[in-house]
Amino acid sequence: METLAVALILIVRQHMTTVQQPATRSAEDIRKDFPILSRQVHGKPLVYLDSTASSQKPLAVIEAMSAYYETTHANVHRGVYEISEEATAKMERARVKVARFINARQSKQVIFTRNTTESINLVAYSWGNANIKAGDLIVLTEMEHHSNLVPWQLLAQRTGARLEFVSLTDDGMLRLDVYEQLLRQQPKLVAFTHMSNVLGSINPAREMIAQAHTVGALTLLDAAQSVPHMPVDVQALDVDFLCFSSHKMLGPTGIGVLYGKRDLLEAMPPFMGGGDMIRTVGLRESTWNDLPWKFEAGTPAIAEAIGLGAAVDYLNALGMDNTRQHEQTITTYAMEQLRQVPGLTIYGPDASQRGGVVSFTLGDIHPHDLASILDQEVGVAIRAGHHCAQPLMERFGLSATARASFYVYTIESDVDTLVKGLHKALEIFNL
Amino acid sequence: MSMDYREYILDHYRNPRNYGKLERPDAHAEDSNPLCGDQLAIDLQIEGDQVTEVRFQGRGCAISQAAASMLSEMIEGKPVEEVVLLGKDDVLDALGIPISPARTKCAFLSLRVLHRSLALAGLEKPREEEDEEE
Repeated sequence: METLAVALILIVRQHMTTVQQPATRSAEDIRKDFPILSRQVHGKPLVYLDSTASSQKPLAVIEAMSAYYETTHANVHRGVYEISEEATAKMERARVKVARFINARQSKQVIFTRNTTESINLVAYSWGNANIKAGDLIVLTEMEHHSNLVPWQLLAQRTGARLEFVSLTDDGMLRLDVYEQLLRQQPKLVAFTHMSNVLGSINPAREMIAQAHTVGALTLLDAAQSVPHMPVDVQALDVDFLCFSSHKMLGPTGIGVLYGKRDLLEAMPPFMGGGDMIRTVGLRESTWNDLPWKFEAGTPAIAEAIGLGAAVDYLNALGMDNTRQHEQTITTYAMEQLRQVPGLTIYGPDASQRGGVVSFTLGDIHPHDLASILDQEVGVAIRAGHHCAQPLMERFGLSATARASFYVYTIESDVDTLVKGLHKALEIFNL
Repeated sequence: MSMDYREYILDHYRNPRNYGKLERPDAHAEDSNPLCGDQLAIDLQIEGDQVTEVRFQGRGCAISQAAASMLSEMIEGKPVEEVVLLGKDDVLDALGIPISPARTKCAFLSLRVLHRSLALAGLEKPREEEDEEE
């Protein structure tokens, strides 16, 4: 019996390692799955170039959620009746899908939160309060989103911990020499982004995590921009905590993920108290439920979890290598086209070192004016502002940039429309 | 709603009137728009019941900076009791173009800072922040 089980596992493993990347679908074809991409804005077809802020949703995700509400909805983990059991099973199946997607060893290592921000806060409160003392060092970087800065500032205020920051090169990559120096001060935790939401810079996470481990530091990776756009394997990375959001990876808003190593999660006290996260409750004390529910107080976002599961299925069918490749192609094209616009400055590294994000400024046109003109004149949606990364903007002496970002449904003609709009803006501003 | 960047708006953006600060202002306030990081500071000199000098400093989009420049022209030399009454419609009239809902915060940043400066100087009642109206 045991030999049979081992043989089965071997077959499964072999199958998993030799699994073929799915056939490449063209972005033109993929677009048909996204109903919103056929709408108009200001009488022009919508050109959506703000997927870094939030991605659009394929019909498969929307239908999975409405089918759940139409046929299965009940509260989970409680009911003994059929639809509650079905709802629980659907939600837990979504957890397994997410776990496999990031190659977590066990699905109980996937904790559902509201979003990346809540995942980071969970670690900062639960692990941080229990493990960080006055004088302890936490290493961050100057390219962090506010969501990977402020929770650590609050933790430092609560505990007296110190924060140090890895500075950046002029082309927006981390100064790894500075990182190595900071590691010599033996930090307790290193928390950094896998991919900058402003510059698109992809950080060498695997190497940085290994280096942190040699000095005994734990690592938290803000993967909000990487999990949606490239293959991410938590075991290969050997990362201790990984945080990401559903809404940036074709899934619904309102649900995010915290992945953690099991021994760390087991040892951490709860973050929020309430129903579902307890084993027994007395008037004065209680005991906690097992992972992952210990960290999931209250009725969870059930439909959203199911929607996220459908988004994972969708991305798996496209193939994450294909997704990364498509974004690299479209980003290279966009950077070539944008460089030809007079007075335009692009920030960050070259296309080979970045994800599908391009931040730029154009002459003396403020990015907000640019975004308004692009919206009204050509129907292009981009982001303008500080992108929730004010320290990064200051590093480059900027108060704001315009940012175009790309995903599985972005096509070359979207970039062409953007460039057309930029020429229109130059005309309006007499440049 | 289509916003229309007229020549005079670009002129106020690129050549702001009353730009700078006063050595010893009688009223001063500053604020930023947390969503976009636009910043604005206003200094007023007040003699008797008149606003005799205005200076503003800021950085931001053409709408927020042109609105501040135009507002500074509107209030210089005006009696305080008139300045206190200035409202959103006066700013919209001066801008003279439709402002899309997403950009109203830009248009009214200077007006908010102006009233705050007067409130801090004890010249008007502090205003409750209004809900954004659409």
